[in-house]
Order: sequence, then structure tokens, then C-alpha cells
Amino acid sequence: MSVSVGTAALTGLLGIPSLGALLLVAIPSYRVAAPLNVILCALTLVSAGSLYSHRPEPSLYLLVDDVNTVFLIVGALVGFTTSVFSAGYIAHELQTRRLRSRDLRFYHAMYQLLMFAMNLALVSNNIGLMWVAIELATLTTVVMVGIYRTSAALEAAWKYFILGSVGIALALFGTILVYLAAEERLGQGIKAMAWDHLAASSAGFDPALLNLSFVFLLLGYGTKVGLVPVHAWLPDAHAEGPTPISAVLSGLLLNVALFALLRFKMIMTGNSAVISPGPMMVTMGLVSLVFAGLMIYRRRDIKRMFAYSSIEHMGIITLAFGLGGPLANFAGLLQMVMHSLMKSGIFFGVGYVCQLEGTQQIADIRGLTHSQPLLGWLLVASVVAIAGLPPFGVFTSEFLLVTSTFARAPWLAILLVVGLMIAFSALMVRLHGLAFGATDKHHSLAAFRLAPMALHLSLVAIAGVYLPGAVVAWFRHVASLLG
Amino acid sequence: MSPLDSDIAHLLAGSMVLVSFLLLYQDRMFALLNFFAIHACVLACSVGWQAYMQRAPHLFITALIALLFKGVIIPVALHRIVVRLGIHRTIENVVSIGPTMLFGIALVGLSIVVMLPVTQSAGAFVREDLAFALSVVLLGFLMMVTRRNAVSQVIGFMSLENGLVLAATGARGMPLVVEISVGFSVLIAFFVVGIFLFRIRERFDTVDLQALDMSRGE
Repeated sequence: MSVSVGTAALTGLLGIPSLGALLLVAIPSYRVAAPLNVILCALTLVSAGSLYSHRPEPSLYLLVDDVNTVFLIVGALVGFTTSVFSAGYIAHELQTRRLRSRDLRFYHAMYQLLMFAMNLALVSNNIGLMWVAIELATLTTVVMVGIYRTSAALEAAWKYFILGSVGIALALFGTILVYLAAEERLGQGIKAMAWDHLAASSAGFDPALLNLSFVFLLLGYGTKVGLVPVHAWLPDAHAEGPTPISAVLSGLLLNVALFALLRFKMIMTGNSAVISPGPMMVTMGLVSLVFAGLMIYRRRDIKRMFAYSSIEHMGIITLAFGLGGPLANFAGLLQMVMHSLMKSGIFFGVGYVCQLEGTQQIADIRGLTHSQPLLGWLLVASVVAIAGLPPFGVFTSEFLLVTSTFARAPWLAILLVVGLMIAFSALMVRLHGLAFGATDKHHSLAAFRLAPMALHLSLVAIAGVYLPGAVVAWFRHVASLLG
Repeated sequence: MSPLDSDIAHLLAGSMVLVSFLLLYQDRMFALLNFFAIHACVLACSVGWQAYMQRAPHLFITALIALLFKGVIIPVALHRIVVRLGIHRTIENVVSIGPTMLFGIALVGLSIVVMLPVTQSAGAFVREDLAFALSVVLLGFLMMVTRRNAVSQVIGFMSLENGLVLAATGARGMPLVVEISVGFSVLIAFFVVGIFLFRIRERFDTVDLQALDMSRGE
């Protein structure tokens, strides 16, 4: 019974967005397409949610386990709330004629295609299929980043396309090397690409090949995660695309790439003869954290600033998973979920700020708590949360990470804390100018439009105060699987 | 596998590296397109030979895709775009030819040094094939880095993908999923690029990426 429900849920998870994309291409009116987009995302969320208790039988191509259900459920939730935000956002873009209704037809279809690609990447058991899905997700977002067709948007999309393709090419080379390592043990054919077989028998693989493959995979998928020094596409793509896409990029796509990296890390840890992937991930994570923290100071564009904050957080998460062990993995997992929720929530707010003020320049935006109090204060609370202050969930995860690092590698912990402080103070300096100060502007914005943002903020706040026992047990189990 | 078989395979894979070098120093757009077509044809021969040697008929499909799609359709289409946009002038390089070639040689050396020791157990043929494939991939990167023009960057990217296909076919019995997906992804990638080329043209009257490079990223 539970297996058949699981199969139905898995079919829904992949079928709803792919059929939805076809359906949305055929619908010319955005008044129909936008609500339909929301409904499709809601159905996907229901499918993802039911995978929590009902698992389908694993096959050679698809696999649902404890690790990817976390990513699937968070992804479907953020995808759903973003579609709600997007419905209000694009109506305004249409009014101000930044987008035409023809673009929107395309936009909605691409949105569903992106959801499909991300779900496929998460549930795929075949490392080749996972690669194809991530490539598909990249291409759909490239197109959406360039949708405004301004010169800056084209530059961003081109840069994203070139860097993303180079990254994805490196990842494919790494995937081929993993297959070669596995082929000697598992025989030729599809079994040597099935992740569960790879993870179960990686102890017998050639360590030299695995080492080399992980370097390619780390650089390749690391490009998509946005790790320094291969992060250059990320701020541009976030700043120049439509804001719902910035929310999806930060909240979902970076996680999917990180998930791919984690899958390969799990293969690596099964083999005792390989060099440990941990230190490489810790180094890249730490460099990303410090570098992005410093970059936040100098930003003039509000979306670019929060894009660098995403690099910072992906750095923290990569560092946590690189460090490994039950506690650090738990912290990394919690941090990832909190960051997804909070950063997409911030982008919802920033999207409205940019529409109301008509600019993305930080210097031109002042006194938001006066001009639009609800939006202003929600943004203040969200930025405080993402900066890692209590009582929000990001504080919990960062605190866990710092304490576990102190126990195991005190020097590393000092660097980590310095990095966190840099990013924290940079965000606070910028927030002060944005939220406070004198202004005589007054913006009107219907309160219900802010519901997705408020929902994300309250989820993060609740997680900071009280994590339900079931969630803790679930995350603890996943953390132990991650090794 | 007889020595002659593997010699032919080495000859074909080695020719791909050679054509990658030829691509590196082309300074005219049409010549670049022609050499890319040759690159794709050599790939098709190499994949075809692998298919024959490994008794893997599905690889013939990959060879056919390489021959028809990358060897004919894409060069012809790009040729037309170049004519229509009137950009068959000299290609601007970021780095001049001499240092680029030296750097290319260093990259080939690097890929041999990296690949041969780690694939000791994989059998003589696979090792050298992978070293050649990595060379083609790295030379593709080099071309993307040293060219300023959008069309030649795309060609650099596609020659890089040719290297990946070479690697994938060299890995014995690797499932078809990947080969088709590579061809497929290039198709989509090309589609996207095509749209972009036209949009870039709309905006700037040039396909020179330097015109795009104005944001300081702040």
C-alpha cells in the first residue's frame, strides 16, 4: 500500500511539472497561467510531502531515500511560495511594461520545466541522469535570467551560460571517471552508474580514479553551488533576472548542485584508500564565506548584495558538510533548510522593494520602515535572521556548527567566526541605510502580498525557538547517513 | 584487440588533439568553422571505430549524431549567421597566438601526466584514450578563454563537448543515456546560444563580447 502511494507520489513529482510546462506553453493569458502555475506547484508540494511517509521501490534510474526527501520537500515548498509571490510580481512587471505577455507564457512554462529538472536531479539514482537534469535546470534558468533583454541581463545570462556550461562539462568528465572506477567491480552497463550500487561497493574501486574524479566533480558542481573561485556567474544572474528567479536560484538550485556533490562525497567516504574529500570542501567553503562577506560591503545593488550573502551561506554549508560527523552534518542540513527559506523570503521582500522604489540601487532606497512599515519591518527581521542573530533558526545552525568546529579544530573555528562576523556586520551596515532614515515617500502594498514572506520568516523563527522532535530525529538520521 | 586496432584508435584520438590545436590559431571566422566541422568528423570516425572495436552498435548512433549534427548542420548554420551578421572579419584574441600555442602544449602535457598514472589498472587503451580526451577538453577551455567573440567561444565549447564524447565512448560499455544526452544538450545549448546571438546583435550591432563587458559587478 505504502509503496504504491509512493510510486504515485513520485510520478506526480515528475509528471505534474513536466505536463504543466506543456500545458502552460499553450495558455496565452497570464491571468489563467499564473494561478495555474500556483496550483501545479501546490500539487507538486503534496506529492513531495507524501514521499516523507511513503517510499516507492528504488529502481536503477530513480531512488527516494531519507537524504533526498529533505531536499525535495524544502524545494517543493519554496517552489510553491515563490509561485504565489511570482503571480503578484509579474502583474506589476506587465503594468510597467518591463515584460510582455508573450514573455510570460514562456516564463511560466520555463518555471515548471525548472521544477521538473530539479526534482529529477534529486530523485535520480543514475549519476548520468542526474547530470542531464542539472544541465536542463541550468539551461532553463539561463533563459529566464535573460528574459528582460536589457544589456545587463544579456551579459548576466551569457556569463551564466558560459560558466555554467564549463562547470557542467567538468562534472561530466568526473562522472565518466566514476563510471570507469566502478566498471571494474560492477561490470559494464547501467549498474555501474546506479548511485546505490556505487555507494554500496565503492570500497573496492580504484582510489586514484576516484580522487581524480572528485576534483572534477567538486569544481564542476561547485560552479553551480557558487563556491569561490568559480562563483562569478552567481551575483549577475541574481541581480539581472526577475526576482522570483533570484529566489528560486538561491533557495533551490544551489541546493540541488550541493546535493549532487554530497552524493559523490558519500561514494568517496565508502572507500578508505581515497584522500578525504572533507578538507577540500572545508577550504572552498571557508574561502567562499570570507570572500563573500567582504564583497557584501562594497555592493551598490540590493539584489547583488543578497546574492553574495547566498555565496556566503553556501560556503558555510559546504564547510559544515566537509567537516562531516553527525553534529556538523546536522548543522549543515539545518543551515541549508533555513537558508533556503530565509533567502527566498528576503528576495520576495526585495522584489517588492525594487518595484515600489523603482530602483535596485541601495543608495536610492531609504527609510523603508516609514514608507511601507509592514514590508520594511519584515525585511529587517528577515535580514536579522539571515545574519544569524537569535531567536531565528539560522542562529541555531550556526551556533551548532561553531561549537562542533571548536571541539574538533579550534583554528578553523576562529576563521569561521571571523568570516561570520564580517558578513554579519556588512549586512547590518547596509540594512541600516535601507530600513531607517528620513523619507517622505509612502508606498501602498496589499498586506496579503507579503504572506509568502511572512510564512518563511515565521517558519525560520519557529525553528529557532522549537524544533519538533520528529524533525530532529529525521535530520539526525540523514546526518548519520551523510557520513 | 589486435595492435593494429588500437593503433588506429590512437591515430584518430590523436588527430582530434591535432585539430584542436588547429582550431586554436585560426584567425578567420570561416576557417574556424571549417576546422570545427573537421573536428566533428574526426570525432565521428573515432566513435565509429570504437563502436566497431567494442562490438557496440549503439555507438554508431553517437557517431552519426556527431557527423550529421556537429559536422554538418551546426557549421552550416553558424556560417549563415556569420554571413548575415557580417562578422567574418578577423577574430580578436585576448592572448596572441604564440603564447596560446605554448600554453596548449603545456595543457596536453598536463593531461598526460595526470591521466596515465591514475588509470594504471584500466588497460592500456582506455588510459591513452582518456589522456587524449582530457587534452581536447582542456584545449577547448583554452579556446574559450582566449577568444573574445561569441561565435568562437561557442565553437570552443562545442570542441570541449567533443572531447567529452570521446571520453564517454572510450569508457567501455557506458550506457547510451549519456551519449544521447550529450548530443541533446548541445542541441539545446546551441538553441539558446542562437537566440542570444540574435539578441546581442539587436542590442549592440556586434557579437564582440567586449561590448557586453561593462558592469563592474557592484
